[in-house]
Amino acid sequence: MSGLALLIPVALLLGLSGLAAFLWALSRGQYEDLDGAAVRILIDEDGAE
Amino acid sequence: MTEAVASEHVEFVLPGVKCAGCIAKIESGLRPIAGVRNARVNFSSKRVSIDHSPDVTPEALRRAIVKLGFDAQSVSAAAPEADDRESRAILRALAVAGFGAMNVMLLSVSVWAGATGATRDLFHWLSALIAMPTVAYAGQPFFKSAWGALKRGRTNMDVPISIGVTLATALSLFETIIGGPHAYFDGAVSLLFFLLVGRYFDCAMRDRARESVIALMRETAPGATILLPGGGTTWKRAADIEPGMRMLIAAGERFAADGVVEDGASTVDCSLITGESLPEPLRAGGTAMAGTLNLDHPLTVRVTAAGDQTSIAEIVRLMEAAGQSRSLYVRIADRAARFYAPVVHMLALLSFAGWMIAGAGWHQSLLIAVAVLIITCPCALGLAVPVSQIVAAGALMKRGILVKDGSALERLAEADCVRFDKTGTITRGRLAPVGKLPLDAEEKRIALALARASRHPLSRALAARLEAERIEAAALDELRELPGMGLEGRFHGRRVALGRPDWLGAPAPIGTALQVAFRLDGNAPKLLSFADEVRADAATTIERLRRMGLESGILSGDRPEAVTPVAVALGTPARAGLMPADKVTAIAELQAAGHRVLMVGDGLNDGPALAAGHVSMAPATATDVGQSAADAVFLGDQLMPVAIAVAAARRTRRVVRQNFALAIGYNLLAVPLAIAGLVTPLIAAATMSTSSLLVLANALRLRTCAR
Repeated sequence: MSGLALLIPVALLLGLSGLAAFLWALSRGQYEDLDGAAVRILIDEDGAE
Repeated sequence: MTEAVASEHVEFVLPGVKCAGCIAKIESGLRPIAGVRNARVNFSSKRVSIDHSPDVTPEALRRAIVKLGFDAQSVSAAAPEADDRESRAILRALAVAGFGAMNVMLLSVSVWAGATGATRDLFHWLSALIAMPTVAYAGQPFFKSAWGALKRGRTNMDVPISIGVTLATALSLFETIIGGPHAYFDGAVSLLFFLLVGRYFDCAMRDRARESVIALMRETAPGATILLPGGGTTWKRAADIEPGMRMLIAAGERFAADGVVEDGASTVDCSLITGESLPEPLRAGGTAMAGTLNLDHPLTVRVTAAGDQTSIAEIVRLMEAAGQSRSLYVRIADRAARFYAPVVHMLALLSFAGWMIAGAGWHQSLLIAVAVLIITCPCALGLAVPVSQIVAAGALMKRGILVKDGSALERLAEADCVRFDKTGTITRGRLAPVGKLPLDAEEKRIALALARASRHPLSRALAARLEAERIEAAALDELRELPGMGLEGRFHGRRVALGRPDWLGAPAPIGTALQVAFRLDGNAPKLLSFADEVRADAATTIERLRRMGLESGILSGDRPEAVTPVAVALGTPARAGLMPADKVTAIAELQAAGHRVLMVGDGLNDGPALAAGHVSMAPATATDVGQSAADAVFLGDQLMPVAIAVAAARRTRRVVRQNFALAIGYNLLAVPLAIAGLVTPLIAAATMSTSSLLVLANALRLRTCAR
């Protein structure tokens, strides 16, 4: 039973951090251009053409 | 960057962005421009958003993008943002509800597993602490909508949801305080989670379609050059033009206001307003309409009507008025709720009263009543409709049919007759040479050089065909355009001309076909015929629609001579020469006779009719007005998507009804148990999830509906 006192807060904190990370990503526009993220990796950043 | 200067923001739509290279080219091409702070391409919505200082005009930025080799169209960013915020709010609520549901469920499972005494109370308290903020936050979309409906004296799906969730939470809190055995926090929170999933699907569907439909009225001219009374000219925005002013309209420019031609002679393309495919001559004394395109010579026009008095503005007004009838449509889910909500609330009330009379005490009676509310809370019903519709819309999208929202699918299934516009809908909406060109290789090179020099639709059609054949244009001297006649020039000293058959001494055109003559000096003139080709599968589409019980007809603004052959070939009744208001009247007559009309059209002149129809579709080549008025947009050269969409919508309606039946069947089983007081939170959670999964699985069958 004493394990619960530790495990429940840990579970809640982990859940909350996941929620916070999602809300942060949403507010920072990380989900606005899902297709773009897939193709941007192909852009050659050195500009050596 | 620490500049504290005012920064402006502008967005453009980039239909041509296809790959990573395009993104890199546009972003690296825009950033070095002085005044541009940041430029970022959104590949999903095909837009670029630019932050710039006020000394760079949006028009200069647009030209810069065009110079990079991309077509850029400006958008008014104000409107879509509000809707975007709605779907984001739902996504946030969904995340919070998901978090709450998972954790409360974790605690509930331990309680169901047999926790008793102090542990159970502790777990109930923890659940309460998680569930109450979750319900308060994630329930907002439902509470707001329910309150809005109740204020107007109506009821919708959200009313029983809000009552159920609120009562369940309140009672569970009470149970927790007195240390009772049953708390329904898990039920309330996971109910919200499931319902938010459905609500998010509904929202996502609307957003996806909205991204592809661009700002209204882009086709009208932004402004015109005004001749000042004392000589000289100035450029005025369309809104600032007043009757009595004199506009100078260059070749290739659109009229920004209605007016009477004072000077000059030209031809105008009225297809935007009337749907008429053939350019019309316009001389001094003639009437010019805002939105039409001046094709070949500059005109001086005295403005007679400007701003919201023009005929184009009249069409938009007509459209708004026509669209009002559609806003009265009540969604299937809300129609179901009208019957559902009173029944459910009666049942809960009756079981409370019944148990009170049976002497169970108010506490137990209330618990049972809440169990009834939770069990009957329309979880599967809330999912049944949006999930079916989003699966169907996804399948249709793969076929190139974009449905704007769920209500469009519902209305599409109800349509029982179809009315098509001709130009651009039954036909492809662009002129093309008929058959093989009767020209040899050298003549083709000359013809291309001549055709390229004019904006006339026939020249453009010819040039497009020749360019598709990879012909190289010949070099011509003394190339000039004679308004109303054609083009002429010199090729190695020989006179060459392309133009009206009678001007070049060719026999007069027979029938209604559009013809031009081409002559190389010394040779006999050669006739080239053009036609606006009927879409290849128009006849089979109309046949398939007929077999589905939808009778077709044509409502066209074009001349009867142009409409009749098409109507005869397709075997459908047709009405020609209709003004936009006439089309609305025609549809209103059908609807007064009890029909539900599916209107398919593309032009601005179809806008009011598209808005007036019970449901409407437009090809992707349609004007912006057409696309935004229509409920669904289809891509490609085929007309078959119209029939496919109707068939898919009907299948969706069938699946939605099956889902309703499943949900109601589940209630028939579970409600007696709840009334008998046998439902514990465990049973409520289990049955709720099972019925939701069943409904989901049934909806997934719609993946193949667009065949």
